[in-house]
Amino acid sequence: MIRGVELAEAGPVRRRARRVREAGLGYLLLLPALCVFGVFVFYPFARNFKLALYQTPPYPNLPSTYVGLHQVGQVLSSSNFLESLVTTVLFVVFIVPAGLLIGLFLAVVAQRQLRGIAAYRVIFSSTVVTSVAVSALVFYSLMNPVVGLLPWLGISPHPSVLENTTWALPAVAVMAVWQFIGMSFIIMSAGLQALPEDVLEAAKVDGASTWTSFWRVTVPLLSPTLFFALVVAMIYAFQTFGQIDILIGYQNAAYEHVNVLIYNIYTTLVYEENPGRAAVMSIALFAITLVLTVLQLRILERRVHYGR
Amino acid sequence: MAADALSATALGPSAPHASVPDASARRRRSRRGRLAVRYALLTAGALIVLFPMYMTVVNSLLAPALLDRQPPLLFPVHPIWDTYVRAWTMGHLGVYLRNSVIQTAIIVTGQLVTSILAAYSFVFLRYPLRRTLFIVFLSTMMIPFEVTMITNLDTIDSLGWYNSFQGLTVPFLATGFGTFLLRQAFLQIPKDLKEAAALDGYGHFRFLARVAVPLARPVVAALAVFSFLSAWNQYLWPLLVTGDNDNVRTVQIGLKALQGSQIQDLNVTLAGAVIAVAPLLILLVIFQKQLVRSLTGAVK
Repeated sequence: MIRGVELAEAGPVRRRARRVREAGLGYLLLLPALCVFGVFVFYPFARNFKLALYQTPPYPNLPSTYVGLHQVGQVLSSSNFLESLVTTVLFVVFIVPAGLLIGLFLAVVAQRQLRGIAAYRVIFSSTVVTSVAVSALVFYSLMNPVVGLLPWLGISPHPSVLENTTWALPAVAVMAVWQFIGMSFIIMSAGLQALPEDVLEAAKVDGASTWTSFWRVTVPLLSPTLFFALVVAMIYAFQTFGQIDILIGYQNAAYEHVNVLIYNIYTTLVYEENPGRAAVMSIALFAITLVLTVLQLRILERRVHYGR
Repeated sequence: MAADALSATALGPSAPHASVPDASARRRRSRRGRLAVRYALLTAGALIVLFPMYMTVVNSLLAPALLDRQPPLLFPVHPIWDTYVRAWTMGHLGVYLRNSVIQTAIIVTGQLVTSILAAYSFVFLRYPLRRTLFIVFLSTMMIPFEVTMITNLDTIDSLGWYNSFQGLTVPFLATGFGTFLLRQAFLQIPKDLKEAAALDGYGHFRFLARVAVPLARPVVAALAVFSFLSAWNQYLWPLLVTGDNDNVRTVQIGLKALQGSQIQDLNVTLAGAVIAVAPLLILLVIFQKQLVRSLTGAVK
């Protein structure tokens, strides 16, 4: 009897204490990540909006002046920014579809267990480990006007490919697609391996032709993978920086034609030392990323077919 | 041709075949033909993927006088191995590779630890504002790094972390994407398991280390691979924060420095590129299968 009373009284108190302890532990486990995010993601993100409102003085050591939205309008309507935007879009269009299709093609061809297939798979994945600088140096030598292969192939424009206003961007894109093949192949292979075999067999039993069953059965079932690969490819395309820096560089005559947004932000910040302008462009980059993410999520909800 | 190649794949290796006797010989012949087509496609693909790297190895072994031969030499005649020695010593590649290994190890470990802890908290603990905090984590995925680098550079500078491993790594020690991936994996773990473990006297940390993480191993592996590749590949941030200090410079930046303007030294530069990629290629040969398998878990 007395024991029962004790239990009844201790129960809620102890339960509350446990709940408080659990909450404390919950917050504590989030704390390391939250600290990093706070200092290196949210604070700099917010500060961009402030930087965008201040104009950097033409000479160092002068205070920057508050100009409000004036600078935002100025930058967004400048030909420098608009050209940069077009270059970025072109670059994405060059890279993403080609990278995804080649990866899918190689993954389909290499899917079946054949003798020696492991070697082919390693080769197809290999560009995933050729880093930014390595790939750029590889193509820098291949596309070199003196040493490279291009004169031999009959491609010797003047100025040379990597300094040519027309050819520089496609050249970087070719390199970027090559570098992306490995990642694309790995993602597509993983997706193909996860496909339910019974559905594929059912299509064969139903007499679907090979071409039809690929487009009508395999591709829809693969759509979550294709979507994931698309997101990865977009991120890759938007983040291409080192390749441009090594292959073309700031001193190059063709530099303005490969001046994608991220490279523009870098040169504005480092060479022009103009954080205000750089901040406006980085907000624009954020807005583009946001719109793309929302669009992708919408497609994900409507189009992507999840098997099982 | 492509349709033939696709057929076998799309329908899987164990596709049933009808047994009409007189058709079987023709079928066998066409199957052998399809196999040949498949190998031809595989080999063509392999040649295209390998060719740039192959030419790099060839050029890295050529004497300067042979580098600009037209048509280009497709095979290293009179290879000089000395270029590799020069790339290693002149290019300080040993130090740069060590720095890259340290930088990558810190980032991968940090990301795994912070993501595992946060994901565990989101799945197995209850407290106010849990959903809101999860959305806060997700929102970091919307903010590309390039957007934050302007101020981060100032922050690193005022912390006195310019030219240091802290500066190279601390901004990347947490990841919203990794936390999200691991949360999805932890959600698959039955709640009964947690209760059973609690009855056995398992505290949170023991459950985390002995049950939750081992069960989520494919996803943990996938996250480790992703953060390894992206940390190793970093170029812009190391370029901004390491200046010309050899003791923290990563191999990516080191290779850029090795890219001299002298065409005669191109073989040395390319030898440096081969040295930088070789350890990773070896890792890939060993782990390629696991790489795809771990991703299969993540893609599903």
